[in-house]
Amino acid sequence: MSTDQSVPTREVAQRVFAAEFNDASYTFKESDDERAPVYALLPTGEQANRVFFVGTLTETDDVGEDNEYWQGRIVDPTGTFFVYAGQYQPEAASMLRELEPPAYVAVVGKPRTYETDDGSITVSVRPESITTVDAVTRDRWVAETAERTLGRIDAFDDETNEYARMAREQYGDDPSAYAETVASALESLDGGDSVPTDDTADAPVDGNSQA
Amino acid sequence: MTELRTHADEIAAQFSDHLDIDTDEVEDRLQQLVTEYKVPVDEARRSLTNSYLDEAGLDRDELGRGGAEAVLVDEIDQDEQWVDVTVKVVDLWEPRSDSISQVGLVGDESGRTKFVAFSTSELEELDEGKNYKLANVVTDEYQGDYSIKLNRTTTITELDEEIEVGDSSTTVDGALVDVQSGSGLIKRCPEEGCTRVLQNGRCSEHGEVDGEFDLRIKAVLDDGHEVHDVIFNREATEELTGIGLEDAKQQAQDALDTSVVADGIRTDILGRYYRVTGPTLGRYVLANEFEQLRRPTDTAAMLAEARADQ
Repeated sequence: MSTDQSVPTREVAQRVFAAEFNDASYTFKESDDERAPVYALLPTGEQANRVFFVGTLTETDDVGEDNEYWQGRIVDPTGTFFVYAGQYQPEAASMLRELEPPAYVAVVGKPRTYETDDGSITVSVRPESITTVDAVTRDRWVAETAERTLGRIDAFDDETNEYARMAREQYGDDPSAYAETVASALESLDGGDSVPTDDTADAPVDGNSQA
Repeated sequence: MTELRTHADEIAAQFSDHLDIDTDEVEDRLQQLVTEYKVPVDEARRSLTNSYLDEAGLDRDELGRGGAEAVLVDEIDQDEQWVDVTVKVVDLWEPRSDSISQVGLVGDESGRTKFVAFSTSELEELDEGKNYKLANVVTDEYQGDYSIKLNRTTTITELDEEIEVGDSSTTVDGALVDVQSGSGLIKRCPEEGCTRVLQNGRCSEHGEVDGEFDLRIKAVLDDGHEVHDVIFNREATEELTGIGLEDAKQQAQDALDTSVVADGIRTDILGRYYRVTGPTLGRYVLANEFEQLRRPTDTAAMLAEARADQ
């Protein structure tokens, strides 16, 4: 009766800080189909075919030789995202051409990896859209990305978490460095380093308090 | 009520606008056919209906198919069924065409559905917030979504009871990560009851037509776990972007291109966080209410957790 099933599901945009994203050098496909989507494997154990992030655009550069090919550096509290837009991303490319850094920007895009001459792999973003946003949106993204990252770290030890299993194989089995990243990101928010009131942790539980 | 009496009641109701008949008279005639002439009830009903149609000079099409079934709006899952619903008028929208007298949302305990009434049916107008029994309405399907159409045989009875409308509305939030094609200044088919969006001046049903401008946004909200398709109608688009239909037409005229409207909308809303509440139609959430989300304040607990995880 319903036609919902015929609508291809859109890939969710993962929330990941730059420090973790730039470590996501392992990519894979879920099927052998040549046109199957490529996923980056996040070290905290999640697949990412799309990312959404908000940060400060600090530099733009036309690094193309024959054609325009724009590089943008976008900084979050943990590191730098590199985005590249050329003739096939005309809107994003024109944003990078026209924007005056510094500016808060929101980016939706696909992870891309590139192997350099020395064999190391760099991770970047091919933007679908770049828009300028305000500080409120940027702060919300930091808090949201902290929450999503902590959620992934929490689920890292679940036995059914196949991406965590892959992450263990590819990157090692300790995601705690990314918890540190989250902490530093939250501390950078205005008021984020205020003393937690912590009115839940010590609340007596019925039946136990008199024990 | 006996079975015959029920049939008689329904027939009388069907013809109440066209003939001066009452249930007793209909029942007598049914009784005669069934008991004296041994005609099966269904056949008796059919033949009696035909004779009343002749008397009223009506075509069968102009009359509701007999025995419309009382249903909850959420149960409607077939096209072109004659049904009765008992509903509250939740929302009235601006009709997009002169041929439509009223369009909006009605609801009962099971949820909500769109309704359309046509000018040619010359029905009394429904008031927002009031409760009605709508007998003999026809179901309609478009791309998997169902609605009801009132017609000239529909009887509208205002009720004193207050109908609780089931909350079939959903709330979704997330970053607005895409504004899809078909957003901005669009043209709709002006054919009665159609309102399909034209592609290059063509309606998929009615071919080349002189479309009517409208404004809407089809967008994707993504919270990092799930994606939701949302639609902002003309009103919501204006509230969200500050761009009204007339501004949009002016922008398009100045640029000789309608796509400037969608481009402007993208610049305004992409990458921001929103919460949207409204009824779902298929895979879309209709943005009846929305707000831009501000930074959450409970980062302290997260910070404690992050420190504990290290």
